[in-house]
Amino acid sequence: MNLFLEFSLVGIASGGIYVLSALSFVIVYKATNIFNFATGEMMMFGTYFFYVFDTQLGFGWIVGLAAGLTSAAILAMIIERVLLRPLLGRPHLVLIMVTFGVGSILRGLAGMIWGPTVRQLPEILPRTPIFIGDILLPGKLAWGFVIAGVIAALFMAYYKYSRAGIAIRATATDQITAESLGINIRGVFLLAWALAGVLAAASGIITASVNGVTPQLGLVALNVLAVVMLAGMNSVGGVILAGLFIGWIETVVGAYFGAAWQSFVPYLIVLLVMIVKPSGLFGEEKVERI
Amino acid sequence: MIQQLENLLQVSDINVSFGGLKALSNVNLSVPSNRVTAVIGPNGAGKTTLFNVISGFYSADSGSIQYEKMDLLTMPAHSRSKIGISRTFQNIALFPGMSVLENIKLGAHAQLKTNVFSAAIYLGSAAREERAISERIYDRLLNLLELEDYADRSISGLPYGIQKRIELARALAGEPKLLMLDEPFAGMNTAEKANMANHMRQIIERTNITVLLIDHDMESIMSIADSISVLNFGSLIASGTPSEIQKNPAVIDAYLGEE
Repeated sequence: MNLFLEFSLVGIASGGIYVLSALSFVIVYKATNIFNFATGEMMMFGTYFFYVFDTQLGFGWIVGLAAGLTSAAILAMIIERVLLRPLLGRPHLVLIMVTFGVGSILRGLAGMIWGPTVRQLPEILPRTPIFIGDILLPGKLAWGFVIAGVIAALFMAYYKYSRAGIAIRATATDQITAESLGINIRGVFLLAWALAGVLAAASGIITASVNGVTPQLGLVALNVLAVVMLAGMNSVGGVILAGLFIGWIETVVGAYFGAAWQSFVPYLIVLLVMIVKPSGLFGEEKVERI
Repeated sequence: MIQQLENLLQVSDINVSFGGLKALSNVNLSVPSNRVTAVIGPNGAGKTTLFNVISGFYSADSGSIQYEKMDLLTMPAHSRSKIGISRTFQNIALFPGMSVLENIKLGAHAQLKTNVFSAAIYLGSAAREERAISERIYDRLLNLLELEDYADRSISGLPYGIQKRIELARALAGEPKLLMLDEPFAGMNTAEKANMANHMRQIIERTNITVLLIDHDMESIMSIADSISVLNFGSLIASGTPSEIQKNPAVIDAYLGEE
């Protein structure tokens, strides 16, 4: 039983990273209706930005974090403004393929610049394990989870209460009406991408603080797809629960049944949920007016 | 009585076509300040197209639209509400995930000094501005439109007539100079129509707002409009006071005769 609890806690803690990258995915999908397959690569590139400013240029982690997240936001805005904006109004498939392409380009670029070797990030998070009763949690994992939780909470508050958050929500619901109310929806698109860049980079940095960063870091984000589909593509709140759940089930299944099961059980669950409720557990079904 | 009035909005020689279909041809329309101007016409006459061109959602092939000496056709759609133009929609276009008050507050969005990016960081001055707006909405709009009891309710589930009033409140929240109403009486029963007309009359009396509305509910329009223009197949066939329009043979033929 104790072992199960331990696996559960580790799983939930690792789900925190899914939450952040899934939020990155959902904010773009909500505001712009674009399915961003480059989320993982934005995560990976943001981590390298941090690495560049912190380690390669030697600015230390505080400046590195500020500059890294800013660069990640700028990269995301460039992707939106330069590559996707001109294609607005084209079939969704075209836009999705562009994000796929952006993903491979970023992965290739990272390989050319930093090579395939693992780059270690500075030791910011304390290693000292944390005991909850008899259960031991690795320090980095626990602190990573706490930080992810704080970021997610800040983001939720911002999304719910700030005027910009309300503008994003209005745009997500009805672009025409939002525009007639004076909301610059192109500004909203840019803002949503910038936020997505920051969220992705934050989740990447937390992930890499344990095992370092390689150009393949973004592949973790494939599981984010399971999170997002389980929650419902447009549910910001649902993503948080679903992220933790997927992290949990993955770790528990992996611990008891081995790695082969670990990779497909989350998707199996997603599949079952999709059969029963195609819009996801918390997704809003879009009702078209006639 | 005809007097020379200053026009807040001047639509001149507007042509719009979708593919081969001509939706509007050489439409001219003057909207005098502090008056209620109505555009009527059968379904498909081009009323909503005209609204969407003024709102900036469709572009015109030729012609011009002047608003307070500004050329509206060169301005992006979202800039309208900043210069005092607001509108409602034929199908209620409220945001179902937000409360009534949040919806109405969005109408004042463009009047705020802080834009989306500066409001991205929620600063003290932005918070103060928000509070002032909420108070103003409570004091003026909610009681004027009898919506006090609904302020914190969610939009979904509210009756149609109430939702229409909320949309009107949202359009008024930014204190516009020009209020554009797209079929404010559509889908209402007689009691709701009378109630809506009543509210609109109060708004017109208490403010010096200019109203441009489209509808085909003749009865409600006659009691509110100062002047009426009639569209048929994308062309303007008549304009004048309500009583002139009622007597106009071309109008009776094209429009009233049908009913």
